[in-house]
Amino acid sequence: MRKFKEFIIEKLILLSGLASIFFVILIFLFLLKEGLAVFNIVSPFNFLFGRSWYPISEPPQLGILPLILGSLLVTVGAAIISIPIGIGCAIYIAEVAPLKIKEILKAGIELLAAIPSVVLGFIGMVTLVPLVKNVFHLPTGLTALSGSIMLAFMAMPTIVSIAEDALYSVPKNYKEGAFALGATHWQTIWRVMLPAASSGILAAVMLGIGRVIGETMAVMMITGNAAVIPASILVPVRTLTATIAAEMGEAVVGGEHYFALFAIGIVLFVISFAINVTADLFLHRRQ
Amino acid sequence: MFRKTLLMVITLLFAVSAFAASNDNSMQIKGSDTMVNLGQAWAEKYMEANPGDFIAVTGGGSGTGLSSLISGTCDIAMSSRNIKEKEIALAQKKGIYPNETTVALDGLAVVVNPANPVGKLTIDQLAAIFTGKISNWSEVGGKDEKIVILSREVNSGTHVYFKEHILRKNDPASREEFAPSALLLSSSQAIADEVAGNTAAIGYYGMGYISKNQKPVAIAKDDRSEYIEPVIENVVSGRYPISRPLFFYTNGTPEALVKKFVEFALSKEGQDIVLATDFVPVKK
Repeated sequence: MRKFKEFIIEKLILLSGLASIFFVILIFLFLLKEGLAVFNIVSPFNFLFGRSWYPISEPPQLGILPLILGSLLVTVGAAIISIPIGIGCAIYIAEVAPLKIKEILKAGIELLAAIPSVVLGFIGMVTLVPLVKNVFHLPTGLTALSGSIMLAFMAMPTIVSIAEDALYSVPKNYKEGAFALGATHWQTIWRVMLPAASSGILAAVMLGIGRVIGETMAVMMITGNAAVIPASILVPVRTLTATIAAEMGEAVVGGEHYFALFAIGIVLFVISFAINVTADLFLHRRQ
Repeated sequence: MFRKTLLMVITLLFAVSAFAASNDNSMQIKGSDTMVNLGQAWAEKYMEANPGDFIAVTGGGSGTGLSSLISGTCDIAMSSRNIKEKEIALAQKKGIYPNETTVALDGLAVVVNPANPVGKLTIDQLAAIFTGKISNWSEVGGKDEKIVILSREVNSGTHVYFKEHILRKNDPASREEFAPSALLLSSSQAIADEVAGNTAAIGYYGMGYISKNQKPVAIAKDDRSEYIEPVIENVVSGRYPISRPLFFYTNGTPEALVKKFVEFALSKEGQDIVLATDFVPVKK
């Protein structure tokens, strides 16, 4: 009887494991099936590099270059802000902070991860957007920069907790060895700890970026959603994710607009897949 | 224990499927964000008068409403634009025959920040501003300031109406588009908020959203015509140039509960609600 129970539990766990892979494959196939149909209407080159996105005109213009660049710009901006702060925070928590502060900081960062993105977007809309407008004397504060700053907040918890883990798992004798050789604390961190944890930190950065590029609600609320090729970070942009979210209601199932939105989904899938694989490679190199 | 759980799951499944099946006493209305308040007001009054009937009203945009009518997930689609040929063709493929009823009129107001000295524009100037040909307020008599164009998202019937009737001036061959730099905001309220806080912004929405934080612009058909303010009397009299019909789309001629509800909306009481929610009645 006990053996039987064991057997059932084992198989159930196996089944759950297989189910998640099965679902991913199903989702990917569905994306392909619905998304590739758009290439009957527009060539892959014109889709990826077309400069105008007017999906509901007759005939529709389905060029997603402004959207790709918008997503990349917001992501790069968020990375530039969140990586130094995130890694700095991780170093402080792992190496410098006294136990009590460490606990408080860790709890605080987990709390930051728990704020829903729509709430962050709303806060950004009423506080950050007017601030950006006034500081840079812009016609509007709904810009890529506002989106980048808000998204940096979202990437931070991922970056900090994984980078901190990586620093924590550097063998103790590395540090002791450095101290024994007469290195200062900062020299130890900069020359020994960071290089030793570098692959884990890179993975943290990649996962943080993955979180940013897939984020939708906050960017839709504060980046202005204008489908222009951005000339600087101080202009409005429209991201891939916001486009899908804003337009899916309009797209009639089986129409060309609908296929185009799924094709954007494929592009996003490919981007985040590439980011996750890179992160994975770094993580495995570490072990 | 296991059998009990199984039994529960099965009962639950039945309950869900019974609930999902369309019920004679309940219906779904979906669509235009412009009409959501109006639809809700109608539904409330209707349900007060007819206890036992249940009507759910949700927004999402005209396109959203029409596509759910086509996929059979709502009984009435509220729309602030006409249904497109393509949508009709798609609907017919699925055995649905959209039937149009005009239930109210809506004046579209063009609004700017109260601090903006510009208070009147012609349709030509509007078109030039929204397509990006005029990009500075000084070109239409304002301060030397870059114009920030605010538009609704593409799933909005207001967006489509404005494009077809102002940018393209009702010319089906026209290829005019909103300037790519136009900010697409996801709701009329978002436009109202941005206009209230930004002296360089110009936006448009249904008259009901005008408050003291935005200044409606008087509009003239051309530079020889009179500039008309967007107020209810001017829309009813037809003098205000940017007004549009609001529609209910149903599958075929309305029947049963749907029919009762459409008749209620068109009744004297229903049209009084139209006026109370800042829209314009169809029947005078």
